[in-house]
Amino acid sequence: MTTTTLSPLASSPARSLGHLGDRITDVWALTRRNLIHVAREPMQLSDVTVQPVLFTLLFIYVFGSGIPIHGGSYKDFVLAGLLILNLTTSTIGTAVGLSTDLHEGVIDRFRTLPMWRAAVLVGRSMSDLLSAAVCVVIVALTGLAVGWRPTASVPSVIGGFAIALFFSYALSWASACFGLNSKGPESAQSLGFIFLFPLAFISNSLVPTAGMPGWLQTIANWNPVSAVTAAARHLFGNPNPSGSVQAWPMQHPVEASLLWSVAIVVVCAPLAAYFFRRQTAE
Amino acid sequence: MAPLNMIEAQGLAKAYGETQALAGVDFAVGAGSILGVLGPNGAGKTTAVRILTTLATPDAGHATVAGFDIATQAAEVRRRIGVAAQDATLDGALTGRQNLVLVGELSRMGRAASRERGSELLERFELTFAADRVLKGYSGGMRRRLDLAASLMTRPPVLFLDEPTTGLDPTSRVRVWEIVRELVGEGVTVLLTTQYLEEADSLADQIVVIDHGRVIAEGTPRELKEASKGARLVVTLAAAHDGAVGALQQLVDGRVHVSDDGRQLDAAVDNAPGLATVVVRALDAAGVLVDNIEVRPPSLDDVFFSLTGHAAADAGTDMDAGDDLNRELEGVSR
Repeated sequence: MTTTTLSPLASSPARSLGHLGDRITDVWALTRRNLIHVAREPMQLSDVTVQPVLFTLLFIYVFGSGIPIHGGSYKDFVLAGLLILNLTTSTIGTAVGLSTDLHEGVIDRFRTLPMWRAAVLVGRSMSDLLSAAVCVVIVALTGLAVGWRPTASVPSVIGGFAIALFFSYALSWASACFGLNSKGPESAQSLGFIFLFPLAFISNSLVPTAGMPGWLQTIANWNPVSAVTAAARHLFGNPNPSGSVQAWPMQHPVEASLLWSVAIVVVCAPLAAYFFRRQTAE
Repeated sequence: MAPLNMIEAQGLAKAYGETQALAGVDFAVGAGSILGVLGPNGAGKTTAVRILTTLATPDAGHATVAGFDIATQAAEVRRRIGVAAQDATLDGALTGRQNLVLVGELSRMGRAASRERGSELLERFELTFAADRVLKGYSGGMRRRLDLAASLMTRPPVLFLDEPTTGLDPTSRVRVWEIVRELVGEGVTVLLTTQYLEEADSLADQIVVIDHGRVIAEGTPRELKEASKGARLVVTLAAAHDGAVGALQQLVDGRVHVSDDGRQLDAAVDNAPGLATVVVRALDAAGVLVDNIEVRPPSLDDVFFSLTGHAAADAGTDMDAGDDLNRELEGVSR
């Protein structure tokens, strides 16, 4: 399904299989290029390295002391939330990266090569997936260091991380759409923040939704970030107060997370391909 | 069998908003030859290159490159072209070598072949010493050479060079010319745009002069010079003299230009037999002492001037500094 939805950029349709090897080569070459960029300027990674550590320590030691959690400790409750929060805000990197590519001459070089043009987008999503994986490891290690303990089985915990990563991958396609429509990397950054911050914070990630005003509670309970957070808490075997909320995504957080993620990719990936084509058409 | 013309353009037109960057342009480039597309900033040169390299779609007209239609067979075209654009189209955060390997891989050459070809080209362009340096530390000349190297990764039969020497120092310029001649010697077809008449004169087999999006003249450098039958008369006086301009003006149609120190006068003339004698007599009659007199065959500058009514580089920007501005200026008709 994803192959066909991504094909609007291909020079001729219905030859996907024969070109698959070539396309993977293109994507891998561009993924590596993006990773070289990161290696050159490691500060680009601060939002998946420094920020998660800082957030984790801040929330656990500063805010955690004032927020009681029914049936467990705040650090066991909040870690999954911090994980999703950090992953969500760091997808801004996709918007900034694509916007940078689009506004530099190198995109013209790519467009005169016989490559698969959508590889620019897919390669970006792959390198951002790898930074997201770094983020997951950093949050998990910081959590373990300050006393976070998952109680579920190892496969279940891994499943929790995988669901979080998949969501982050999906969201990076949404972020790509913003980046491709921005006037430059700076405006991509602010555009991303305006969209991603409310998404990350109006959720159950840092506090149980039960204390919010009614209308806000509804938004928070249907926010995909809440579903993914609840799913991770559930799979980690950590306190999950949302389990008692009577909203479908909170009752079925794993299914809801997967549905949300698939839906976001299915809508945003072709849209990003369309925006890319439109922005580079001349 | 290779097509007779490796590049053919017919009636190419393109507008960017209100500005008509190209207003119906035709030309053809035979296999293994160099076409020089000559014109001032904003004449439409870059637009033509962007259309032929599949970066832009024309509003009207059509074109083939290596026998393939740029509109319907863009993928085939891309497999056969090398492009060195005017503004940097390489990745500033990668090293020279990484850039070349990336271009090779995205051209489906495979990693090993890309590395090998990359090293070979770095050697050829005297960039081996900087191969593993990040591009941000390259000088303008080094970047241009790397851009050229990148365009040659796949040994393309057709090469587009958009102002390949703009902004280069004279030594680097000559080096680029040598490389272009070598490539044509190997059978590559080249379309080269330039604002430098000297460059077109020295490199091109055929020249197309573009101004305001139209072809205003074409031919070999020689034909173009001959077409402009006029010559340039340059008279150097022993000392500035008030009567000199008046005396000379009676013999020429156009304006007589006077140098700042008043000692050198020049004007466009028809090269009639005995012209120098007539001029000296007229000046003598006016009591003007002449040190030197010269009747020059027309340079391409003169040709350009007579065709367009303005000098090649008077588009309002300094030629060398205009590099970055060029894309914005391209198509902005004055």
